[in-house]
Amino acid sequence: MEHVRAETVHHHEPKSFWTKYIFSQDHKIIGIQYLITAFAMGFIGMVLSWLMRLQLGWSGKQFPWLGKLLPQAVEGGVLKPEFYIALVTIHGTIMVFFLLTAGLIGGFANFLVPLQIGARDMAFPFLNMLSYWVFLLSCVVLIASFLVPGGPAGAGWTMYPPLSSVEETLPGSGIGTTIWLISMALFIVSTTMGSLNYITTILNLRTKGMTMGRLPLTVWAFLVTSILGLFSFPPLFAAAVMLLLDRHLGTSFFTPYMIVADKPIPHEGGLPLLWQHLFWFLGHPEVYIVILPAMGIVSEVISTHARKPIFGYRIMVLSICAIGFLSFIVWGHHMFVSGMNPWLGTAFMATTLIIAVPSAIKTFNWLATLWGANIRFTTAMLFAIGFVSTFVTGGLTGLFLGNPPIDIQLHDTYFVVAHFHMVMGTSALFALYAAVYHWFPKMFGRMMNEKLGKLHFWLTFIGAYAVFFPMHYLGFMGVPRRYYAFDQYQFFPQGAVSDINIFISVATFIVGFAQLLFVINFVWSAFKGQRADRNPWKANTLEWQAPSPPPHGNWGEELPVVYRWPYDYSVPGAPEDYIPQNVPSVPVKVGSDGDDKGEAKGNDESR
Amino acid sequence: MRGRLTGRIEGLLLGLALVALVVIAVVTVGGRFWWLPPLASQHGKEIDTLFTVTLIVTGIVFVLVQSLLAFLIFKFAGSEKRRAIHFTENRTLELVWTIVPAVILTMLIFFGGRLWSRIQLSEPPEDAFEVEVWGEQFRWTFRYPGKDGKFGRTDLKLVSVENPLGIDKNDPASKDDIFFFAGEENLHIPVNKPVVVYLRSKDVIHSFYVPHFRVKQDAVPGMVTRTWFIPTKKGEFEFACAELCGLGHYMMRGVIVVEEEEKVNQWLSEQLTVGDVLP
Repeated sequence: MEHVRAETVHHHEPKSFWTKYIFSQDHKIIGIQYLITAFAMGFIGMVLSWLMRLQLGWSGKQFPWLGKLLPQAVEGGVLKPEFYIALVTIHGTIMVFFLLTAGLIGGFANFLVPLQIGARDMAFPFLNMLSYWVFLLSCVVLIASFLVPGGPAGAGWTMYPPLSSVEETLPGSGIGTTIWLISMALFIVSTTMGSLNYITTILNLRTKGMTMGRLPLTVWAFLVTSILGLFSFPPLFAAAVMLLLDRHLGTSFFTPYMIVADKPIPHEGGLPLLWQHLFWFLGHPEVYIVILPAMGIVSEVISTHARKPIFGYRIMVLSICAIGFLSFIVWGHHMFVSGMNPWLGTAFMATTLIIAVPSAIKTFNWLATLWGANIRFTTAMLFAIGFVSTFVTGGLTGLFLGNPPIDIQLHDTYFVVAHFHMVMGTSALFALYAAVYHWFPKMFGRMMNEKLGKLHFWLTFIGAYAVFFPMHYLGFMGVPRRYYAFDQYQFFPQGAVSDINIFISVATFIVGFAQLLFVINFVWSAFKGQRADRNPWKANTLEWQAPSPPPHGNWGEELPVVYRWPYDYSVPGAPEDYIPQNVPSVPVKVGSDGDDKGEAKGNDESR
Repeated sequence: MRGRLTGRIEGLLLGLALVALVVIAVVTVGGRFWWLPPLASQHGKEIDTLFTVTLIVTGIVFVLVQSLLAFLIFKFAGSEKRRAIHFTENRTLELVWTIVPAVILTMLIFFGGRLWSRIQLSEPPEDAFEVEVWGEQFRWTFRYPGKDGKFGRTDLKLVSVENPLGIDKNDPASKDDIFFFAGEENLHIPVNKPVVVYLRSKDVIHSFYVPHFRVKQDAVPGMVTRTWFIPTKKGEFEFACAELCGLGHYMMRGVIVVEEEEKVNQWLSEQLTVGDVLP
């Protein structure tokens, strides 16, 4: 067998603070940069949701303290409607793209991919650095829209024209929307650079023995996610450019002739539905771009802390691929009542409900993984279990919305808000937390505080259900979403709706403050946490065989060699309940490290 | 030993939390404390049936899966003494949980598709009552075709203070059309008769949402969309805008008056026509 040579480290180890931590080309640092930026954005998104909940819980009530804090947005202590829909818009944009997408993929694909496949870094480290800095720029641009006249974009995160294309229709559709579109375009540039990098790295830089069939499910998920991102984000980029042209150069891609407040708007023949098709062509794969890495992370965390091989590895990989493929042909289920041809509705219903099959398979496989397990209730494991629970709850309500006759009634009501916050908000966030608690020791070489972590889990788990479950009831009663107040209608019971809204708002504040526990734990543990050894969870994947934190280039002189799949937990007869991927199946004599192990390809090697 | 005990307790607590979730969900949803608005249309009955069927199917899955999750984490809480079993694949099990969801979903697709084609793909009867509903920030307005049953041509470029819908008064079909200024009137439609609503918008996208009728259809500028239904109850029903349309979105309320056909015709005959208003 060929000798695995020590590769020359392909860029010199940086020495200064600036090249090491700021303009870093090291995938681990970039991953941490992405993660911290994503959490900072998520924190802003959460504060925006607090302001929304203030309005929804106690609409009409005055908050003089808030008026003093935000004199322009909260005049005389009352949130202005334009500020409310700006909150709706920016909260959605931040949470979907800047927290979940950037956190799960920018953060963890960067940190984990090279480590888990046994590479020294990404295929294109400079591109990787560029991807982060463009992402950071898109964050800054988005937040800057709070400072412009008219305020941030307010047409919802879906940015449907003509509301978003004609300034006269909405105060936020002025410069705020231009900024939103620029920020989105930058974000897409950053994602595209990232996706290319992850795909190339996974396909080309796997270490010896790391066949595709031995990849951890996280890496499979990152691979399929990157392919989704690479194909679905560019249409939105094109759409964003077209919308900018409509807004500033007088084209009419999306904007027809209209009369706004008795004033003619000089556009001709534009198609508002065209935007919806282009937007959802990204928008739907996007939810899988978020949920697939979450699924990969949860598979890894559950398997490790249950001390059991993931059940049905092959079918798990197939499900990831099936979800990835199907996610491209379900976008029309957002448009059942949009005026789209109803025949298309029938087709999209079929694909939408079919995508529930691979999701169900994955769920049952996680449950089967727990069967006969030896579960360690670490904080990471708790959040992974929380993911399964919230994913099931939110996934099931998708069967209502994916069925167009039912969607007629529930579309654009709070039922939809409940559904996607459960299935892609809460569950994806739980996966992100599971990932942080699980890989923190590898990132910082220190453990997070488990007591604080568990308190964080319990408050978040109960709190998330308290916030989002009652929204189903609002949806049953027909309460529409994106409403500034509910006092104009009698078709739903005013009292009950108001009570439920107050309950949700109170829960939001509690669960929001619980997130501070996480921030404290994260910062404190990064500096003062108990030192972590290489493999505190006794896990099999390669990253746990590197030092904590891994040095620049990850592996020292020799790259690791892989002899087995990543899920050899509790193998009967083995001395320990785990066998790392780089352990050959036939014991080798002491001193031969990684060489002459060609003969080790024994039969009992599971994969 | 202490580690083992805390593991047990944590498994028990999380299991109990999931059981509590199941109980609360079943009681609050099953008790119908907060429910769909009372039904007032014919096709709505079938939508409600499909809703109930889906609720029962998903409800059973919800209860079973969450309870199973609760059981597993309680039962298999960690212990230093024991090792987990090594169990990587089982073809039969995997086939079962591929085929069973696939069959259930195929049935839902079948029922949903059949109902969807009855609601959306079928043509309304020839003698259906027709009306145009127009949305504009943040009010609704209406146009009736008049005695000839035909809507005259419109063009937004003809919009003026007197002619808010841009009706072409030179089109012979326009003469007997009846239109209203935004917010001036309620929508009058007959009970127990097919009603076709053509939806149009003067500015941004709005959505015609009648909760009691199980009706929702977007009004998109630059195109005409259509929905039809049969109201089964007399009375006044609210309708709302369901597509974010700007600052006043939350108060873009309209009222539908459902009454006997004769009464609607009587009311229509009392209204001025395009011929009267735009000479």
